[in-house]
Amino acid sequence: MTSAATANAASAAPYLSINNVEVIYDHVILVLKGVSLQVEKGSIVALLGANGAGKSTTLKSISNLLGAERGDVTKGNIEFKGQRIDQMTPNDLVKRGVIQVMEGRHCFGHLTIEENLLTGAYTRSISRADLKESLEKVYHYFPRLKTRRTSQAGYTSGGEQQMCAIGRALMAKPEMILLDEPSMGLAPQIVEEIFEIVKDLNSREQVSFLLAEQNTMVALRYADYGYIMENGRIVMEGAANELATNEDVKEFYLGLAGEGRKSFRDVKHYRRRKRWLS
Amino acid sequence: MGFFFEVLIGGLLSGVLYALVALGFVLIYKASGVFNFAQGAMVFFAALTFVGFKELLPGWTGLEESSVVVFWLAFALALASMVVLGILTEKVVLRPLVNQPHITLFMATIGLTFLVEGIAQAIWGANVRGLDLGITDEPIEWILDSADMIVSKFDVFAAALAGILVASLALFFQYTKVGRALRAVADDHQAALSIGIPLQHIWAIVWAVAGFVALVAGLIWGARSGVQFALTFTALKALPVLILGGFTSVPGAIVGGLIIGASEKLAEVYIGPMVGGGIEGWFPYMLALFFLLVRPEGLFGEKHIDRV
Repeated sequence: MTSAATANAASAAPYLSINNVEVIYDHVILVLKGVSLQVEKGSIVALLGANGAGKSTTLKSISNLLGAERGDVTKGNIEFKGQRIDQMTPNDLVKRGVIQVMEGRHCFGHLTIEENLLTGAYTRSISRADLKESLEKVYHYFPRLKTRRTSQAGYTSGGEQQMCAIGRALMAKPEMILLDEPSMGLAPQIVEEIFEIVKDLNSREQVSFLLAEQNTMVALRYADYGYIMENGRIVMEGAANELATNEDVKEFYLGLAGEGRKSFRDVKHYRRRKRWLS
Repeated sequence: MGFFFEVLIGGLLSGVLYALVALGFVLIYKASGVFNFAQGAMVFFAALTFVGFKELLPGWTGLEESSVVVFWLAFALALASMVVLGILTEKVVLRPLVNQPHITLFMATIGLTFLVEGIAQAIWGANVRGLDLGITDEPIEWILDSADMIVSKFDVFAAALAGILVASLALFFQYTKVGRALRAVADDHQAALSIGIPLQHIWAIVWAVAGFVALVAGLIWGARSGVQFALTFTALKALPVLILGGFTSVPGAIVGGLIIGASEKLAEVYIGPMVGGGIEGWFPYMLALFFLLVRPEGLFGEKHIDRV
């Protein structure tokens, strides 16, 4: 192995990696049963699965928003750029460039769109001019927000609120956005619009995305890599285009049966990938 | 007609004092969703601490009790105590109760009320004390001469002070980074947390600001009616003010205070004699009850925005 190759191997240490994470809510409810996944720098990774599979919990264990819901990471570790982040407060994480856009948007309803965006820059101590510049940048990606800048966020449409939530996160100048169900409750056209912007942000601003989605079809179209979760475990992973053509994924997540309906008895069962080193 | 205006102005000016107390409630309710029952106790604590320091300071420093230096030193010390009290409350009482139901937090603040009252009296004693701000409670002469109305100098001074306080708070909430963060936290704790706003700092700031407002209210009330345990009951008068103005609105607290102040005095003077007097005590509550039926969010309260 040449020295260049070793250097390359070192820098290829995963950007964000979650190793064997177990999450327990309220001291008794086991929700994540050892989840491991990686996100490469500059990629879009989709976390797929049905309701209650543990997608949101996985994202919240990274952004450390579990504490407020009485959840606890009891095992495993989470690393971002080679540093453990599982004990950091959300405030520290945002400063380090990891931010979550929560499921259901959670805009500040009584603040205007512009005020919502401005709060996003809370963790940055920057000058007025820089703040203005960041704001213009967000408006550049979401021109719709500019037209609604003085409306109270609570009175804007679902799509606008989703854009507002993503834009607000952008104001913190993140390197990695954890995006939870961006398509929830939105019209297909708006979903498409939002995913286009995500892709755009990914390629032009080099923001990496880990997104949890139920809308498997759309997510796989825009993502580079995908993980499928079931019952608090990762059951399958692969490049997005491979997953999209996989027969079982097609059958159960895309609703595209190959030849007629299959009996559940014939379904291949995926075992959890055991990891002995956590 | 002169008499009517005299009553009206007197009512409005005393309404400003109600507004001051109500303001403390609004601040904390807005930012943390907690109805802080202990606000009245905080007013009492603040006034008592100020008077206590003012009495002690001449002994420590050798200055005259009436000197300006002693006044401001006592003010600074009392303010520091209020800030410490506020931050302690947040750390010891509220932080362990994060994410508990509202009623739990409310009960905790009731407990806090008794604790704060007790501590205040344990430290400074339970005697009624006078408090002199150097403004006398006498009629302004030129108004008395020109319009033949009695308007108290002290009331006008108090109203002006409250006005300045409110204006600066409103500007703080509307245009500063921390003010915006405060409103954001009030709207959605989880979302505020997710974008990296440290909730604990914000709550500590709010309690400290509420402590400051309590101090100003305590000084004015104390100067008017003596620093005594009854100050804690002024908090109860703030309830109808809040219901009228809306729990979440700073301007609402002011307008509500003015309406309550004016209407209770006018009612006492004009309706009182018909029913044998003494209606000043309950008239505000009746007004509040009526408002609850017609406009539950208050005059300026934030409507609950729901998308369906």
